[in-house]
Amino acid sequence: MDKPKPLSKQASKPKKFGVLAEYDSAAAIFKACEKVRDAGYKRWDSYTPFPVHNLDKAMGLKPSVLPFIVFACGMTGAACGLLLQWWSSTIAYPLIVAGKPLFSFQANVPVTFELGILFSAFGAVFGMLGLNKLPQLHHPLFNVARFTRVTDDRFFIAIEASDPKYDLDKTRKLLEATDAVAVEEVDD
Amino acid sequence: MASKERDPLDPVRGRKLLVEGGPSFHDITEQVCTPVEQPSLAWWLAFLPSLGALGIFGVSLFWLLWRGVGVWGLNNPVDWGWAIVDFVFWVGIGHAGTLISAVLFLFRQQWRTAVNRSAEAMTIFAVICALMFPTFHTGRPWLLYWALPLPNQMQMWPNFRSPLLWDVFAVSTYFTVSLLFWYIGLVPDLATMRDRATTKIRRVAYGIFALGWRGSTRHWQHYEKAYLLLAGLATPLVLSVHTIVSFDFAVSQLPGWHTTIFPPYFVAGAIFSGFAMVLTLLIPIRKWYGLEHIITIKHLENMAKIILLTGSLVGYAYAMEFFVAWYSGNPYESFAFVNRAFGPYAWAYWIMISCNVISPQLVWFEKIRRSPAALFVLSIFVNIGMWFERFVITVTSLSRDFLPSSWDYYTATIWDVGLLVGSFGLFFTLFCLFVRFLPMVAIAEIKSVMPAANPHPPGDH
Repeated sequence: MDKPKPLSKQASKPKKFGVLAEYDSAAAIFKACEKVRDAGYKRWDSYTPFPVHNLDKAMGLKPSVLPFIVFACGMTGAACGLLLQWWSSTIAYPLIVAGKPLFSFQANVPVTFELGILFSAFGAVFGMLGLNKLPQLHHPLFNVARFTRVTDDRFFIAIEASDPKYDLDKTRKLLEATDAVAVEEVDD
Repeated sequence: MASKERDPLDPVRGRKLLVEGGPSFHDITEQVCTPVEQPSLAWWLAFLPSLGALGIFGVSLFWLLWRGVGVWGLNNPVDWGWAIVDFVFWVGIGHAGTLISAVLFLFRQQWRTAVNRSAEAMTIFAVICALMFPTFHTGRPWLLYWALPLPNQMQMWPNFRSPLLWDVFAVSTYFTVSLLFWYIGLVPDLATMRDRATTKIRRVAYGIFALGWRGSTRHWQHYEKAYLLLAGLATPLVLSVHTIVSFDFAVSQLPGWHTTIFPPYFVAGAIFSGFAMVLTLLIPIRKWYGLEHIITIKHLENMAKIILLTGSLVGYAYAMEFFVAWYSGNPYESFAFVNRAFGPYAWAYWIMISCNVISPQLVWFEKIRRSPAALFVLSIFVNIGMWFERFVITVTSLSRDFLPSSWDYYTATIWDVGLLVGSFGLFFTLFCLFVRFLPMVAIAEIKSVMPAANPHPPGDH
C-alpha cells in the first residue's frame, strides 16, 4: 500500500525501529501506557523489569490464549496415556499378572493423570515461548545503551515505526508529554 | 501483639513489609547479583567438603556396580533396605519446593517470592538424588529403559498395573515439570544477569539461557499466564507424586503397609521434611549472603509454622495407624504396630517419634520460632526423624512378616552408609553450584511485591 513511500524517503538514512521513552516508576509508565493506547497506536509495547499489575489492560491487550493451548495439550496427554496402557496391556502384550484384569480404569488412573500433567506443562512452557516468539536473541532495542536497565529498575515504551499512525514528530511529542525521563529514536 | 510490632509494617496496608530496609529496585538487583558476580572465597569452604562427599558417592557406586547389590545389607525378608528409604527421603524433601512455588502462589502468599527460587532448586537436586537409588537398586541400571513403554525386539511392554511403574511416571513427570517451572522463573533473572554482565563469556552464557527476554508487557502477559497454569498443574502433581510413592507400600499386602491413610500421611510427611531442608539450607545462606532483609525472620517463622502444622499431622497419622491396627481386629496388623514400637527396631521408632512428633511442638514458643539458630537445630532433628520414619516403615514390616521362621534382623553395611552420605554430597554440590552461578532469589518476583511496584500509589485516585 503506502509502503514504498517511506522506503524511498529513508533510502539514504538507516532504517528506524521507532521511538523509545524511558520512565522511572511503575506509576509513570502505567499512565503513559493509557495515553499511548488512547492515542490509537497498535504496534507498540512497554518493557518493565517485573510484571506491573494490570499494565496489559492499560495497554488494551487482549487476554492470553495460552489456557486453551494448555487444555488441549493436557487432554491429548491424558488420552495418549490411557490409550497407551489399554493398547499395550490388552492387544500388544496381554499378560495376566496377579489375577488382575488386563485393563481397568482404577489401575490406569496414575499414568493417565501424570501424562496429562506432563503434556500440559510442555504446552504451557513451549506455548508461552511460541506466543512470545522466543528465543529471539537479537532485537533492535538491545543496541540501546539505556535499555539494559529494563531488567533492573527502569520502564520503557517503544512505539514502532511500522505503526500506521507513526509520525516521528507527533509520536515523539506524545511520549514527551508523558512523564518520560528520556525519549530517543532507535535504529532498526 | 508484641510480635507484630517487631516486624516493620507497610504504612498503607498495615501488613508486614516483605522486604525490610526500604531498598530501591536497583538495590535488590545489586544485593542478589553481586554475590554471583563477585564470589567470596568462603564459597569454597562449602563446596570442597560437598565435593568430597560426592567422591564417597562415586566410590560407593563403583563398588556397587563392580560387586552387585550384594554389597548392601539386604537379606531375605528385608529386600528393600536403605535404597528405598533414601529414595522416599529425598523425594519427600523435594516436595517443599513445589509447595512453596505452586501452592503458596495459588494462595497468593507473597512471602514465597523470597524463598521460592532456592526451594525449587532444592526440589530438583533432591529429586536427582532420589532417582539415583531406584536406578541402582535395579542392579543393572543400563537396562533402566525397560521401565519405559518403548517398542522393543522382545515385544514386551511394562506392567501398568504395578505401583512401581506408576512411580516411574510420577517421579519423572515431577522432575520434568519442576525443572520447567524453575527455568521459566529464572528467565527474567537470567536477562538481568546478561544485562549486567561485564565479560563476554558471561554475556553470551546468560544471554543464551535468557532466550532474548526483554521484559515486554506482551511477553509478561503470556508469561504470567504460563506461570499461573504451571502452578495450577504442579499443585495436584506434587500431591500425586508422594501419593503414588506411598502406593509402593500401600498397594502391597504387608501388615503395616496396607493402609488407606498412607497417601495423605506421606504427603504431610514430605512437606514436613521438605520445609525442614529449606530451613537447613536457607538459615546459613541468608547470613553468608547478607540477605537477611529479604529472607527475614518472619519468613523463617512462617516456614516454622508449616513445620508445626505438618509435624502435628504426621503425629496424628502415627496415632491413627495404631488405632486402626487395633480397631481392625486383624492380629497381623496389631502385631506389626506393637512390634514397631516395642520390637527389635524400637530404637528407630522412638528416634522417629522424638524428632518428628515432639521436637516440632517447640515451635509453639515464639522465642524458638523467631530464632534462626534454634530453627536450624530443629530442622536437623526433623531431617533425621523423617529419614527414620521411612526406615521404620520399610524395615520393621519386612523383617517381621507372616512367618516367624523367615524373620531376620536387617543391618546396613558401610556401602549403604556411603551412598547416603554420598547423596548428600551430590545434593550439596549441586546446591553450591546453583548459588555460585544463578541468582538465588527471584529478582523480578521480589520487585513485584515491593510497595513501589504498585502502579497506583496511595493518594493517586
